[in-house]
Amino acid sequence: MTSDWPLWEVFIRSQHGLAHKHVGSLHAVDAEMAIRNARDVYTRRNEGVSIWVARSSDIHASSPGDRAPLFEPSNDKVYRHPTFFPMPEEVKHL
Amino acid sequence: MYAQMVETGVERVQVVAEMAPDERAFQARIDADIKIEPKDAMPDAYRRTLVRQIQQHAHSEIVGMLPEGNWITRAPSLSRKAILMAKVQDEAGHGLYLYCAAETLGVSRDRMIADLHAGKVKYSSIFNYPTLTWADIGTIGWLVDGAAIMNQIPLCRCSYGPYARAMIRICKEESFHQRQGFDIMMALCRGSAEQKAMAQDALNRWWWPSLMMFGPPDAQSVHSAQSARWKIKLLSNDELRQRFVDQTVPQAEYLGLRVPDDRLAWNEASGHYDFGEIDWSEFHEVLKGHGPCNRDRMRMRIKAWEEGAWVREAAAAYAEKRANAPRPGPLPAMRGEGDRRAAPVG
Ligand SMILES: [Fe+2]
Ligand SMILES: [Fe+2]
Repeated sequence: MTSDWPLWEVFIRSQHGLAHKHVGSLHAVDAEMAIRNARDVYTRRNEGVSIWVARSSDIHASSPGDRAPLFEPSNDKVYRHPTFFPMPEEVKHL
Repeated sequence: MYAQMVETGVERVQVVAEMAPDERAFQARIDADIKIEPKDAMPDAYRRTLVRQIQQHAHSEIVGMLPEGNWITRAPSLSRKAILMAKVQDEAGHGLYLYCAAETLGVSRDRMIADLHAGKVKYSSIFNYPTLTWADIGTIGWLVDGAAIMNQIPLCRCSYGPYARAMIRICKEESFHQRQGFDIMMALCRGSAEQKAMAQDALNRWWWPSLMMFGPPDAQSVHSAQSARWKIKLLSNDELRQRFVDQTVPQAEYLGLRVPDDRLAWNEASGHYDFGEIDWSEFHEVLKGHGPCNRDRMRMRIKAWEEGAWVREAAAAYAEKRANAPRPGPLPAMRGEGDRRAAPVG
């Protein structure tokens, strides 16, 4: 019965102007109901100022098996981090 | 606890050398504290055990609303009514977070609900005791939610990502539950002699069932050992129970209430309280369905589910009608920054 109801992923933007963040999922018959339910389930304590819902079936995810080809190439590029470049103590504002 | 005596389906814990390569790789990830996520490969027994555990936990949150919800209209003031309602609403939320976590393992919501109603899956023994007076509501918040916190904080570090994340949300909300309970107890204990007696009576009835919540000693249990190996059980039942006693006894002293255990005594050498024997036969009777309220709880649960059927059907029919309507306009709630056309994710 509820399984016939699609699953929705819920994203909430908190007060501080950060990006919407995934908080969980819920079942609802349509987007309107999903937003209402998300309000009750995920924002009972002022957690958010905006809610996005997306059908779980519309979300495409990278597969766990691709972890190495996708993410390993960045491992050896430590120069992308500022800490790679030691700066002389007497030089300021860098 | 909220999930008591969870079976793992194993007869003994394997040593690494006996494991198949994929099992060994899985165990290595767990040992390295890498979270297991829904799409990751996992042994069937791990999946089944988690489904059982998370499901029991979810059902406990939902059934746990019954004894408290029952008191909303009788809470002694408008403010107490509002607080209790908020607490019960949180428990509904906890149940929903957990059902979602279980669903990521491939079990459907309907299957879980059907299994609960058919008596195939348990919920915590604690919710089969009656709430006779207002002091019971205070005691539940103080002791039952207190015991739940004790168990749930370690679970925030458990190996299964969705379960750990649900636990983190839940733990953030639990402390309000425990405090509102203690606040009720403080009010009663500072009140008339009659009110104080009511608080004492509630503690007398709830103390032992609260200790039973942690489940029987499991240091020797194969299932507990396996669950510990998988990091879905982080502390033994006795360890958690001892922590609970150590934390709660001074709170009872503050209230001026007597813990109903003649053998309760501070042990200087161990740095812990010693306490009396728990009557495990009572616990097993309650789990088997012979507690004071088992039948009543299930009857109420099934009634609520059946009486809500028409609402679920109407919602589905409405959604279908709208989906088939010629030109569905944008929903008012979707305008603005959440607008479908202007919502680049990430
Ligand atoms: Fe809860
Ligand atoms: Fe709670």
